[in-house]
Amino acid sequence: MPYLSNIIFAIILILAVGYFAKNVKKLIRNIKLGKDTDRTDNKSQRWKNMAMIALGQSKMVRRPVSGFLHVIVYVGFVIINLEVLEIILDGLFGTHRIGLAVLPVSVYGFFIGTFEILACLVFVSVIIFWMRRNVIKLARFWKSEMTSWPKNDGNFILYFEMVLMSLFLIMNATDLQFQVLNSGNTISQFIAPWFSGFPESTSHVIERGAWWLHIIGILVFLNYLYFSKHLHILLAFPNTFYGNLKPKGQMTNVDAVTNEVMMMMDPNADPFAAPAEGTEDDVPEKFGASDVQDLNWVQLLNAYTCTECGRCTSECPANQTGKKLSPRKIMMDTRDRLEEVGKNIDANNGEFKEDGKQLLDDYITKEELWACTSCNACVESCPVSIDPLSIILEMRRYLVMEQSAAPTELNNMMTNIENNGAPWPYNQMDRLNWKNE
Amino acid sequence: MAEFMAQGKQPEVLFWVGCAGSFDDRAKKITKAFVKLLNKANVEFAVLGTEESCTGDPAKRAGNEFLFQMQAVTNIEVLNAYEVKKIVTACPHCFNTIKNEYPGLGGTYDVMHHTQFLKALLDEGRLTIEGGKFKGKRITFHDPCYLGRANNVYEAPRDLIQKLEAELVEMKNCRRNGLCCGAGGAQMFKDAEKGDKEVNVERTEQALDIKPEIIAAGCPFCNTMMTDGVKAKEKEAEVAVMDIAELIANAQDL
Repeated sequence: MPYLSNIIFAIILILAVGYFAKNVKKLIRNIKLGKDTDRTDNKSQRWKNMAMIALGQSKMVRRPVSGFLHVIVYVGFVIINLEVLEIILDGLFGTHRIGLAVLPVSVYGFFIGTFEILACLVFVSVIIFWMRRNVIKLARFWKSEMTSWPKNDGNFILYFEMVLMSLFLIMNATDLQFQVLNSGNTISQFIAPWFSGFPESTSHVIERGAWWLHIIGILVFLNYLYFSKHLHILLAFPNTFYGNLKPKGQMTNVDAVTNEVMMMMDPNADPFAAPAEGTEDDVPEKFGASDVQDLNWVQLLNAYTCTECGRCTSECPANQTGKKLSPRKIMMDTRDRLEEVGKNIDANNGEFKEDGKQLLDDYITKEELWACTSCNACVESCPVSIDPLSIILEMRRYLVMEQSAAPTELNNMMTNIENNGAPWPYNQMDRLNWKNE
Repeated sequence: MAEFMAQGKQPEVLFWVGCAGSFDDRAKKITKAFVKLLNKANVEFAVLGTEESCTGDPAKRAGNEFLFQMQAVTNIEVLNAYEVKKIVTACPHCFNTIKNEYPGLGGTYDVMHHTQFLKALLDEGRLTIEGGKFKGKRITFHDPCYLGRANNVYEAPRDLIQKLEAELVEMKNCRRNGLCCGAGGAQMFKDAEKGDKEVNVERTEQALDIKPEIIAAGCPFCNTMMTDGVKAKEKEAEVAVMDIAELIANAQDL
């Protein structure tokens, strides 16, 4: 069976890519559960944002230490993946280092040498990341929402990267033919001596083992993404593209409300008019959001994009002063509930079956929602253009317009505005008194 | 405004006073200081007076879109009836709402925050700013969220402070990283949720860390929050909280 390994490789590759594609389809379906919102305007600015913020990491480096380390891991990840191309071709065609067959030794060596240096830098950066989480214990990684799975998820990703980078270097170090070339073994030449005591056949077995584990590891990691906060490596691109371009202070005007208000203001409107033909049974539009389906698809994309770095929460004035609100938790809750809804749909042949739960109360409490000052610090600090504030506002709208469940003081404020055009109980006729005081 | 209309004239700008500027005793001083500056610069301005009503900002941020739009549409009818083109306001919340949220409801105007307007008067040579008694004083500027992050206006107020020949010092969190005073999003009108500190105290501590003689504000609500914060830290004898318009007007003893 000379082709056995090629066949096994092809099967593994097809299974991995197939399972990933299936989950991507599910992901897109879930995001599309959100309401429609138009983000097709101003394409040139959108491409620019994607190039600057996602590709160029412009907002990451606002925090220099984590930003710099992240750029290393990001650049390393993107460039080292060229090597994966060679591995896949080798695996499918049963070749060994196919790059050497098409490139001069010096060029091939330049590539592999670059990958090796990057792999080493990534390894060191990931160790520092791990220490920031587990030894230095930076506050934003130890907030109340960062227990159990979110905490483990963060560490798993780092272990994955450490192992993948090690396997890549070991694979090169134990490849005797490659070491003999002495081109491109920039880092692995220093690792090779660790294995020099072994017979050639053992080195070969280690090299093959590292090669297989490296590619299988990458495919497992690919499929891990869907279940992890690490999805941001893909979704950061669409998310920055579809991000909000309007001034941050501008909150959407609800069209359904505008229709009502305009009708009230129209002196010619007939208050006893029958509803238009065919609309008698229409359910009036729900105001605001109590569950994920009430949010728009960009907000749901935001939730899947969030990598739980916690910059938003660390900048949040409410969180800094000990309130329950954490913008990161808003995003995590939205994703968790969306996943739950998605699983519900899968289990019920494509139809959502009422499960007696919703995003409001079961995930996000009123106390969190009312603690927000709408200051936009979370929006400003997000390195991938996520907007937690828009979700908070939609949920407040539900509380106030559907449930009349605002805190008493806010009800007083709103009554004042209604009665005398100011949030305080002053007479509108006294508005100009300052002129004579 | 009605008087201008009766005479068949249009003022150069409509001064939107806002609820705080009309009713709050502290904010009324800001209103008066700004009016003095407008008069000094010979700006023909009008106010709506009793025809002005809340922009709806706190209602909208609290989630009451219905009340917000009722307020907005009513105000827009008044503004459009007077054919208002240009609006200036000393409140970043009014500024943000009229500038960004009214156009979608039929009210499109050229809206400026008073610090931007004063900066423009200065650049046109219509207003001169002297250091006067603020020369050399340590002044820090607290960025209002709805002026700064919400609308990317960071420099106009700082340019004005520098014109006072004062020493402008920055807090740990400033400009786009500025920390909220705690009043936005309708928080002004309710008690804070349970926590271990008030937001305005946290922000005041940041300000006091750099030992300013004056904390400058550009928003009547920030002004209240920071004033309360300074009182809570028992520093009101050493540190004053003042609006930019007050600084400029007081420097010239207007």
